Amino acid sequence: MSAAKKLNLTLKVWRQKNGNSKGSLETYPLKDISPDSSFLEMLDILNSELINKGDSPVSFDHDCREGICGSCSLYINGEPHGPSRLVTTCQLHMRSFEDGETIYIEPFRAKAFPVIKDLMVDRSAFDRIQHAGGYISVNTSGNTQDANAIPIEKEDADEAFYSAACIGCGACVAACKNASASLFVAAKVSQYALLPQGKIEAKDRVLNMVKQAEKEGFGPCSNTGACEVECPKGISIENIARMNREFLSASISK
Amino acid sequence: MSLDSKIPKGPLKDKWTNYKNNINLVNPANKRNIDVIVVGTGLAGGSAAATLAELGYNVKAFCYQDSPRRAHSIAAQGGINAAKNYQGDGDSTYRLFYDTIKGGDYRSREANVYRLAEVSTNIIDQCVAQGVPFARDYGGLLDNRSFGGVLVSRTFYAKGQTGQQLLLGAYSAMNRQIAKGKIEMFNRHEMLDVVIVDGKARGIIARNLVTGEIERHSAHAVVLGSGGYGNVFFLSTNAMGSNVTAAWKAHKKGAYFANPCYTQIHPTCIPVHGTQQSKLTLMSESLRNDGRIWVPAKLEDAEAVRKGTLKPTAIKEEDRDYYLERRYPSFGNLVPRDVASRAAKERCDAGFGVVDNDTNEGVFLDFAAAIQRYGKEEALVKGISDASKEEITALGEKVIETKYGNLFDMYKQITDDNPYKTPMRIYPAVHYTMGGLWVDYNLMTNVEGMYAIGEANFSDHGANRLGASALMQGLADGYFVLPYTIGDYLANDIRTGKISTDTPEFEAAEKKATDEINKLINNNGTKAVDYFHKKLGLIMWNKVGMSRTTEGLNEAIAEIASLREEFYKDVRVPGEGNELNQELEKAGRVADFLELGELFARDALEREESCGGHFREEYKTEDGEALRRDAEFAYVSAWEYTGKPSDAILHKDKLDFENVELKTRSYK
Repeated sequence: MSAAKKLNLTLKVWRQKNGNSKGSLETYPLKDISPDSSFLEMLDILNSELINKGDSPVSFDHDCREGICGSCSLYINGEPHGPSRLVTTCQLHMRSFEDGETIYIEPFRAKAFPVIKDLMVDRSAFDRIQHAGGYISVNTSGNTQDANAIPIEKEDADEAFYSAACIGCGACVAACKNASASLFVAAKVSQYALLPQGKIEAKDRVLNMVKQAEKEGFGPCSNTGACEVECPKGISIENIARMNREFLSASISK
Repeated sequence: MSLDSKIPKGPLKDKWTNYKNNINLVNPANKRNIDVIVVGTGLAGGSAAATLAELGYNVKAFCYQDSPRRAHSIAAQGGINAAKNYQGDGDSTYRLFYDTIKGGDYRSREANVYRLAEVSTNIIDQCVAQGVPFARDYGGLLDNRSFGGVLVSRTFYAKGQTGQQLLLGAYSAMNRQIAKGKIEMFNRHEMLDVVIVDGKARGIIARNLVTGEIERHSAHAVVLGSGGYGNVFFLSTNAMGSNVTAAWKAHKKGAYFANPCYTQIHPTCIPVHGTQQSKLTLMSESLRNDGRIWVPAKLEDAEAVRKGTLKPTAIKEEDRDYYLERRYPSFGNLVPRDVASRAAKERCDAGFGVVDNDTNEGVFLDFAAAIQRYGKEEALVKGISDASKEEITALGEKVIETKYGNLFDMYKQITDDNPYKTPMRIYPAVHYTMGGLWVDYNLMTNVEGMYAIGEANFSDHGANRLGASALMQGLADGYFVLPYTIGDYLANDIRTGKISTDTPEFEAAEKKATDEINKLINNNGTKAVDYFHKKLGLIMWNKVGMSRTTEGLNEAIAEIASLREEFYKDVRVPGEGNELNQELEKAGRVADFLELGELFARDALEREESCGGHFREEYKTEDGEALRRDAEFAYVSAWEYTGKPSDAILHKDKLDFENVELKTRSYK
């Protein structure tokens, strides 16, 4: 909408043919980018230039471009989802950058997130953690009790919602020096721990999900809080404290 | 082939119950020998996959995303309807049924819609049992809000992230079955064709998007929950990857495509900002609970706003035109989406638009009045008797933030404008497609063993979908309808045994898919896929969008056909077929959109009436409202593929209304 000055940029983009090859940073100058463009639209423009030149476009994950599906990732100038707080890469806009700036764009780095191609990584480890216990065992029947049969204190319901807002993007892992998935696991554990429906399987859930995260190669939590800072959905590190309490009490009683 | 909608006999309210009592069931031991493929893992596909697996079937689920949790249902914001009547405001199954039939402008099937209303309450119970954190009031009970086109509050919600929470519920149900091995999950896979053996859908051809490998997968039935086709317009609120390919390939294999022209243009989206834009963003309809829509009443004010010389907040009350409240006093800002969108277009076409883009397309959505109203209420609750205007505003903003905070943040992020202080600027954008594969009461297409659920079918929303009804339909189909109806069909398959993929039908389908990929890869053209997609989108938006004419539609049909020719001559797809290749993925999807678009325009041309989201300039009342022609057009248009989209054969599936009287839809 604004007629603000267009940006000229230098991009340093991680290029890697596939999971078996070595990658490197390539340099691409890019001109006349509108500050109203989103970061991914800026990459679209780069890609159309590359295609027109007969080069191979940069692969990156993206889908909803509304900040909710969790597909987009990118480690931008040393931060997951770039310099703005509480946004995903797809909601990051070019007005957050300066004319003449050099922007480094890399994939999320973690042993448990192997690179598939260029900026795309395999985050299926997150799915496998959910398989280990990220659910309440209830069959679809149409005969479960009425939704209002168990009132839930508003505060608990709201807390559970804030935990459930995790989009599974993996920024917490990318931000962590140990590549720990603690915030991701804790968000799911907390959502259920806060609700009466989740309490029945709470012990097995926390033990199994934590065990699976270790098995996937995610590191331990050392409480630096980087995950909370970089989380685009503002998932609080208090979730990790809650998970630790749940884990401890489950370990003692099991 | 004549169409049989297979609607059960008997009174409307007993149909579903009687049907369930009389269908064939498959015993648990036999279910273990039956495979079902589910394509798509949104609310419909995800809930279907989980439920079928719980029942004991072996499910193979496919999604193009890297995880089933990312399907685009996740982006649904506002809520999900259910006739719980928790607010005691007179809601009932009948009323939800009636609102939905009327909202769809009497172009959907009574029996399907009634069933939808009937199972709506089960959905809420199920989701709460799964741990979906719906909004609650201070007493700990579930909260509701209101959506367009209805006079009750029946919408359950989780802030502006209802779709996300419901999808994560379905995903969690899937995860439980994946862990048990009952669902085999294929992430990053795209269905390229459906395989028909002896007239029955028996499998699919899929491409592994990481390796490029073409795979054969067999099953006793194939369920498509692959979503809608709004991306035929290039710019829409759909995800970048949302596509029609699965449904279109099914159509080309014999499944009829119904009512393709019924498209929902959602009134409240962030306006287009430039030619490099890749997608549009919705601002939930729930905002119309509290936001008032207006444009300046004077042309010179509108112009000054566009130039940036006049602030909207400086325009006096009497110089504002709250056109929805003016035209539709009884529903006001909560008229259905089609009505609100057309009214916005009418004002902008008349020169009152407030956004400085090529077409001045934009109107205000203003929260100032709501902020004051809530602020005063909060001050009273908090016992502040002499609250200043600033205090009231701050309290009111706080209330608005708890209700819509994430939407306001998103708006701010995209536009760099603060909607707490100045009205949002919004404009209609393509959002949802009511049309889709034709299905009968069982949700089976006219191809035996091939089912379509959720947005992929045409069934429940007629010519216009009411807000918060898409989530309801997706989950109704997946949790509570398909798992029953498919059993009736699969009961005949208990002795069939595993379906082999080593047959001429699978081989031919695989070869065709491979040939199409090779053709695209080796085309050596000069233009990228997006070039064609954007061109197609412009044709669709200008000639097959919010208002349609005979002339424009005829032009669109010809232009799309020639664009398709140009595409095959001149598209450039870099890279190889046997690797991860996002341009190739796009090319395949756009190739299908280029065919669908033509059928879409043909369908719009054929339907010589205005109804719901389909508005023909030739058919309107004196005051510009849609003019339906029930005697001639109370049918579902089901199109049979014959080779060229515009040569498709029209089959009319007549709509019988035994329980509601067809009236002119009025929200005045």
